Amino acid sequence: MDFILRYFEKIGLFVLYIINELGSLIIYLWNCILSILRYSVNVNNLFDQMAFIGMDSFYIVGLTGLFVGMVLSLQAYYAARIVGVTYMIGPTVALAMTRELGPVLTALMITARCGSSMASEIGTMKISEQVDALEVMAVDPFYFLSVPRIIASMVMLPIMSIVTSLIGIFGGYVVYKFFLGLNGAVFVDMIYKYIKLSDIYNGLLKAVFFGIILATISTFKGFEASGGSKGVGRVTTQAVVLSSIYILFADYILTSILF
Amino acid sequence: MIILENINKSFKNVKVLNNLNISFEDKKITVVIGRSGEGKSVMLKHIVGLLKPDSGRVLFNDIDLNSINKKELNELRKKFGMVFQDGALFDSINIFENVAFPLRQHLKLSEGDVVKKVISALNDVGLSGIESKMPAELSGGMRKRVAVARALILEPETVLFDEPTTGLDPIMSDVINNLIISTQKHFKYTGIIISHDIEGAYKTADTIAMLYEGAIIEKGDAEKFKTSDNPVVRQFVTGSMIGPIVI
Ligand SMILES: Nc1ncnc2c1ncn2[C@@H]1O[C@H](COP(=O)(O)OP(=O)(O)OP(=O)(O)O)[C@@H](O)[C@H]1O
Ligand SMILES: [Mg+2]
Repeated sequence: MDFILRYFEKIGLFVLYIINELGSLIIYLWNCILSILRYSVNVNNLFDQMAFIGMDSFYIVGLTGLFVGMVLSLQAYYAARIVGVTYMIGPTVALAMTRELGPVLTALMITARCGSSMASEIGTMKISEQVDALEVMAVDPFYFLSVPRIIASMVMLPIMSIVTSLIGIFGGYVVYKFFLGLNGAVFVDMIYKYIKLSDIYNGLLKAVFFGIILATISTFKGFEASGGSKGVGRVTTQAVVLSSIYILFADYILTSILF
Repeated sequence: MIILENINKSFKNVKVLNNLNISFEDKKITVVIGRSGEGKSVMLKHIVGLLKPDSGRVLFNDIDLNSINKKELNELRKKFGMVFQDGALFDSINIFENVAFPLRQHLKLSEGDVVKKVISALNDVGLSGIESKMPAELSGGMRKRVAVARALILEPETVLFDEPTTGLDPIMSDVINNLIISTQKHFKYTGIIISHDIEGAYKTADTIAMLYEGAIIEKGDAEKFKTSDNPVVRQFVTGSMIGPIVI
């Protein structure tokens, strides 16, 4: 009995932790917005970060999209064959990619690749007094470190999400045509017929939110680092875990509002 | 004038600054000495608002650092230069960009002027030809000197040095001490130096202050320190194991 209670206690504590963090995050994001109003945006750092989140993530994001699209096509075939609607595989893949998997998988991959490095980079700067040095040199750390990362992430996530979706649909097409040996033209035509522009818009809107979430959490966690290398490691883990949870949570909320 | 008034500061349960009172005269060099772990770096961080006192005030030309907002604090900080104890160089950019950093952030200079200033600042600290190296490729003492160059490059009104000569060889220590003296003569900043190096302190300081158990126990010129009859001061300046300071 006792151990069951303790189990629930743990779950409760975890929920409290997630909510508690939400408060600090909102205050942090607000400070970042204030910093934009005060000092505008550091354009150099913004472009560096956009390159890092965008171009440099191309392969990992593209590869993810490709395999997911291919698998989706196979799985959809398994179900569609039973009721003889294999012509619906195209729309299935395309809708799943644009509405859901494109934004979510991109966000999770970018969290793993870029969120972790944001947290550890800022964390290392924090414990080696580089953040203090910035402050003493009258350079706002929000302006110099946080805002460029958050904006870059917000801008690049939808773009990378399009990349993921397109490559995913391409992967699905390849499997459909060459592996399953079905008519490729049907795949494409049916996508045109069943996919609406709003499916794409809403997917992109999600990606924008995910971008803000992952960069806000990751930079925020970086500033929380203390101690030594262990402290940096801890905030990096927290950044990835929290970002992923918040992304999935936000995904549900946004999906129920948007669609 | 910078005044620390009744500053108390504890970390967890450890009291570091205990009703600290000290003032730093304008356009003079004050050297603060004290044993390792006495709270010298903590004191320095209070002056630039990196740490907030638990109680007490930090006054900069009669402005209470606690009463101003972030933007005003930033304006104030533009008048400061600071050498951190471990240098605190930005490890992702090279030495040139480190020293050029304050220039690029706060002045609109042509690239030619930036290069000229940075090269000359690095020359002053005895470093040339290392502009393209990364901080991790330098020795500790070299990093310290780059930090000194970076702190002085904007010719600030107040410069805080946290142990600028620790870790340097005796000759380089003298170079840095002389650099501090000559730059201070040249652009007349208020210098606050933390040091263990008592000989260097005699040479550079207009005023010396000693921090002990969280408070200032002696303040005066070099002569006063050489002839002090406070046993704690005597023990410290003579560097003796025997005396009232418990080890
Ligand atoms: N951020 C911090 N968190 C907890 N304790 C701290 C922190 N910073 C300093 N301390 C404690 O405050 C005390 C004074 O530290 P400080 O760095 O000011 O010493 P110091 O006089 O500069 O010594 P040194 O000459 O070795 O640099 C130490 O006991 C240290 O453990
Ligand atoms: Mg110190």
